[in-house]
Amino acid sequence: MSGGHSTYKPQSGLGRWVDARLPLPRLIYDSFVAYPVPRNLNYAYTFGGILTIMLVAQILTGVVLAMHYAANTEIAFLSVEKIMRDVNSGWLLRYLHANGASMFFVAVYIHIFRGLYYGSYKAPRELLWILGCIIYLLMMATAFMGYVLPWGQMSFWGATVITSFFTAIPLVGTWIQELLLGGFAVDNPTLNRFFSLHYLLPFMIAGVVVLHVWALHVTGQSNPTGIEVKSKTDTVRFTPYATVKDGFAMVLFLILFAYFVFYIPNFLGHADNYIEADPLKTPAHIVPEWYFLPFYAILRAITFNIGPIDSKLGGVLAMFGAIAVLFVVPWLDTSKVRSAVYRPWYKLFFWLFVVDSIFLGWLGSRPAEGVYVAMAQGATLYYFAFFVAIMPVLGLIETPRRLPNSITEAVLERNKGGAASTTQPAE
Amino acid sequence: MKLLLQGFAALGLGLAIVATADAAEYPIKKPVEQDWSFEGPFGTYDIGQLQRGFKVYREVCSSCHSLDLVAFRNLEDLGYSEEQVRAIAAEYEVEDGPDEAGDMFMRTATPSDYFPAPFANPQQAAASNNGAVPPDFSLIAKARAVERGFPTFVFDIFTQYAEGGVDYIYALLTGYDEDPHGHEVPEGTYYNPYFISAASLAMAPPLSDGMVTYDDGAPETVDQYARDVSAFLMWAAEPHMVERKATGFTVMVFLLLFGGLVYLTKRKIWADVAH
Repeated sequence: MSGGHSTYKPQSGLGRWVDARLPLPRLIYDSFVAYPVPRNLNYAYTFGGILTIMLVAQILTGVVLAMHYAANTEIAFLSVEKIMRDVNSGWLLRYLHANGASMFFVAVYIHIFRGLYYGSYKAPRELLWILGCIIYLLMMATAFMGYVLPWGQMSFWGATVITSFFTAIPLVGTWIQELLLGGFAVDNPTLNRFFSLHYLLPFMIAGVVVLHVWALHVTGQSNPTGIEVKSKTDTVRFTPYATVKDGFAMVLFLILFAYFVFYIPNFLGHADNYIEADPLKTPAHIVPEWYFLPFYAILRAITFNIGPIDSKLGGVLAMFGAIAVLFVVPWLDTSKVRSAVYRPWYKLFFWLFVVDSIFLGWLGSRPAEGVYVAMAQGATLYYFAFFVAIMPVLGLIETPRRLPNSITEAVLERNKGGAASTTQPAE
Repeated sequence: MKLLLQGFAALGLGLAIVATADAAEYPIKKPVEQDWSFEGPFGTYDIGQLQRGFKVYREVCSSCHSLDLVAFRNLEDLGYSEEQVRAIAAEYEVEDGPDEAGDMFMRTATPSDYFPAPFANPQQAAASNNGAVPPDFSLIAKARAVERGFPTFVFDIFTQYAEGGVDYIYALLTGYDEDPHGHEVPEGTYYNPYFISAASLAMAPPLSDGMVTYDDGAPETVDQYARDVSAFLMWAAEPHMVERKATGFTVMVFLLLFGGLVYLTKRKIWADVAH
């Protein structure tokens, strides 16, 4: 791991020459070839690699789309249609990019839930987790601004609604909103700055991803047992073991991605976004993209004033709080045991939390009226209770199941009776 | 995996309880799913139907509805030859200019021109149509979607249902009716339970039996006209759909084969490692 010395031996003269001057091949070799990973990683651990692929795919398709797109309210909508109709394979690029954003979020949500399930955020991986949260925040900002660019009805009204959240902040709120908009309402300056930032943020994401991977390689990967790597028998080399497994998962994920792109490319979008933005016509229901729906439900669940905080500010605080709480998860979880595998009660509450999140997402797509409000309030309560009550308390009172002594022992226990259970130490 | 399934089962139960609480008011009736030649993974446009639909658009709809994003050259997708496209374009006049004297002038359209709009601007369109601007038709088949509701929208992923827009157009065109409750609809509007945002709309029933002559023997009925023009509008909104699905098939075959090979490789590599 971090303490392990490099085993890279350049074979050629040129290799030795480069290695003495800029040991980049050594870095790559140590990070992605010889790097030891726990032998018991399951497919839930392949989403980091999948996310990397998705980021690259989004940047590549995005760069080409930007060659044809025009960030001007007069022609933005038409330029997107031009891409769809006249640019060679433009329809493919745009559907890849639009569905790619959704797939990116599918992958990141599984990645985050996996972290919560296996306690991947616990010491010494707190910074790794926080960097992940930052990436997630940047992703949300990027996706939101990207959705504004086609300049459809939902683009316009989504931008109007989301930027109006900031006016709830006392004193500086209006100033922040006007800074975001570049004026008093969503208009050409808004579209221009959103385009600029939409092009910038993915590269910032890439930068934080480097830090994320760096932090990962310092602490080493967590694993389903939550037990730290103790000996060489606990690990396998990244290549070929992890690469081929990640590769297989990537292909499966690409099949899902391609299914949406080629067969139901508009399933995850909103029909209203095929109507050009019209500042004078408000859509019947303004709904954000599906990946924001849980937070949208939380925002609208706060329909009451809490002391000096009115319901609008309360909703905004709850919404941002729902993301902010992720940052402190490493300190909210008091359990000595990392993995939910050995925590029967946590496992139950975790799956309830997953269901609750999906339920919130569905509520976010409903109008905020009648019975939906009450349901959203209940679901919001559980969302926060999971982090600020269940996590700290459960860690103190829960009796975990017996932990195996090592990863190898856990693997052998599970494979008991299996013929192929001989150990294969990493080189 | 088992836990995941349990999670989804619990979710399904929770949603089933509340699905009845749907508060959507319009449309009064949901569109009925129709059979379309272009549905499913191998769907293709029926060229004859597109030509008929184009005829309906040209002879009926185009007097009020523009088709801004479609150029005459695109009609080659409908099976027309270059000559025929040129002839169709020549039936239209478009504004061009300014000429050397600085004046705008009208000229005969060429294949590279786009369909001219029936009204000069939205204000004029509204003034001639009882205050409602007839929407542009270029994207209408993708710009209208009646909510499917839970759990139908989940099944739609597996059935590849992407015809909500055309089903809606067909339902609207064939759905004009007497208000069953005898309520008065606002002056100058027509009751239609399929209309997405109100009980009635400003457009009078646009189609009637026999109003467009077909030369391929297809029935000259409102039902057939509605079906054909809906298909035509799907093409107008998604002209590369057939290419998309064909490409998708190749991509899927490749990914499945490649995935199979990667899986076998993975099995071989991990064969001697318990994990």
